Amino acid sequence: MIATVISVPQLIVFIVSVVIIAIGGVGLLSARYPVHAALFLVMTLFGVAVLFIEEGAEFLAAVQVVVYAGAVVVLFLFVIMLLGVDREEITSFAGDTVRVALAGVGVALILAELFIVATGAWVTGAHAVAGKLSAGSNIGVLARSVFTTYLLPFELTAALLVIAVVGAVILSRRMSGVAQPRAHESREV
Amino acid sequence: MGSDPLLAGHIGWVVVLIVVIKVIVAFIAMMVSVLLAIWIERKVISDMQNRIGPNRAGPFGLLQSLADGIKLFFKEDLIPERSDKFIFKLAPYLSVIPAFLTFTLVPVGGIVHIFGHTTELQVADPPIGILLLLAMSSISVYGVMLAGWSSGSKYPLIGSVRASAQMISYEAAMGLSIASVVLLTGSLSTRDMVTQQLGTFFGFIPHWNIIRLGVIPFLVFIIAITAEVNRPPFDLVEAEQELVGGFHTEYSSIRFALFYLAEYMNTITMSAIMVTMFFGGPDGPDPSFLHWLWPIVWFIVKTAVFFFIYVWFRAALPRLRYDQLMDLGWKVLIPVMLVWLLVVAAMRVSRPLGFAMVGLGIVGGLLLYRAIAVGRDRSTARELARPARAELEPPRERREDHGDS
Repeated sequence: MIATVISVPQLIVFIVSVVIIAIGGVGLLSARYPVHAALFLVMTLFGVAVLFIEEGAEFLAAVQVVVYAGAVVVLFLFVIMLLGVDREEITSFAGDTVRVALAGVGVALILAELFIVATGAWVTGAHAVAGKLSAGSNIGVLARSVFTTYLLPFELTAALLVIAVVGAVILSRRMSGVAQPRAHESREV
Repeated sequence: MGSDPLLAGHIGWVVVLIVVIKVIVAFIAMMVSVLLAIWIERKVISDMQNRIGPNRAGPFGLLQSLADGIKLFFKEDLIPERSDKFIFKLAPYLSVIPAFLTFTLVPVGGIVHIFGHTTELQVADPPIGILLLLAMSSISVYGVMLAGWSSGSKYPLIGSVRASAQMISYEAAMGLSIASVVLLTGSLSTRDMVTQQLGTFFGFIPHWNIIRLGVIPFLVFIIAITAEVNRPPFDLVEAEQELVGGFHTEYSSIRFALFYLAEYMNTITMSAIMVTMFFGGPDGPDPSFLHWLWPIVWFIVKTAVFFFIYVWFRAALPRLRYDQLMDLGWKVLIPVMLVWLLVVAAMRVSRPLGFAMVGLGIVGGLLLYRAIAVGRDRSTARELARPARAELEPPRERREDHGDS
């Protein structure tokens, strides 16, 4: 069945990006330094972006890189560097039998769920392996549905984000006390 | 993928060959233009500062950058002992590769016929188009950031933290001004942007986005990308007087050359992107002979003009202070561009609505400015009215929150 859906170049791209995602995922968990872990995360995100492009979801791929790889992980790195936690941290559970067993059960459950979702149709009502949504690019389709059908959720999300930003600013201001001198008078960076 | 007619039908070996040729030609052109750009920059700056500049290697010192490149190749490649070895080696490539990938988006010329195929004169024309520029510019943050961190040294770290804060801040303004161009074009593809700008108003004023959008998005864009590629006057990242050499202090030999290469590639690419987005790309007068050549010539001329403007910036403008930089980005460029985006959107609906939006923007801006001024006065008054007890105590908590606000 797979051979009829995808061609050889697509299969190669798929395998390569899956290998990259897997290496990134395992590396993220096993890295000894937080910065290395963050970089493995970037690797995984890139692999997923390539898979998005292969599925014809170019916009999602671009957003994946701009938002996740470009902003979220950069902020992670920023915090890691500023707080100076760039040293070795012991995060391994090896030796803790109960935890290892629990993690194993969790992984098995997720794999089983993935199998059911990928092969069955009764979770979402459609087969997960349905091929491309449309031929070529879907940016126009996406934009039309976001700005017509789903306009209200879209605007609500935007409002929510603005509220979150304003809230964060207010909280950080209040924490730092009222008698704070103006920023540019005391800047020493 | 994309709207390139070359890739529309069956993809045979000839098509693959054409794509490979395009990539190689673009790469060589980029390298040669970087060599020339460094020479031009040194010569022009020397001229503006009443010096002679490089004049030993080759005619007019033309081969100076080549000689420098060869010299850097043969120098010792130092890796600091306290550095993170792998990331230290990785970082220069994370700077160079995005710089080149962005250039692949730029339409260099019109549509040509080659080996019986029709193709666009640009390496790639993906449907996400200009979003790739945003993606790549957010990736190039990593190069600078990791270079500074992995050096295991103080000044590079400060330089790289500055750099990433600066690049993230200005990405927002850049994205907003790109959004105004996309709004007008109705497409993300760079090729569509260029074809939309063909033609003239009244037969002689070019139908370019800089005129169609008003000048403001262009001004915001040129400031934002100057900060984005860390060119003067926004080169706090490598402020020699404060930080030795910024994020690449510890780099030597070919790894340093890669950072240098990335900076000039970025400058050229951003000039080209500016030409594409606001100045019609390869658009220009077309004499009836040599039909394929003229767009390329116009494109190169326009890009060279913008590169010259960058050099001019460097010679003429003093470096900004860090807080001035952040103020400019967050308090000027982003609000102005947000309002202008509303104006552009309203103009797309109807002209009266557009002018109404301009008025609304001005009124709203003045109100906001007044509100901020009143608030600031009140808090200053409250501060003055409070007994001067705070001065007597050592400022314990204050130290921490001076970092970034």
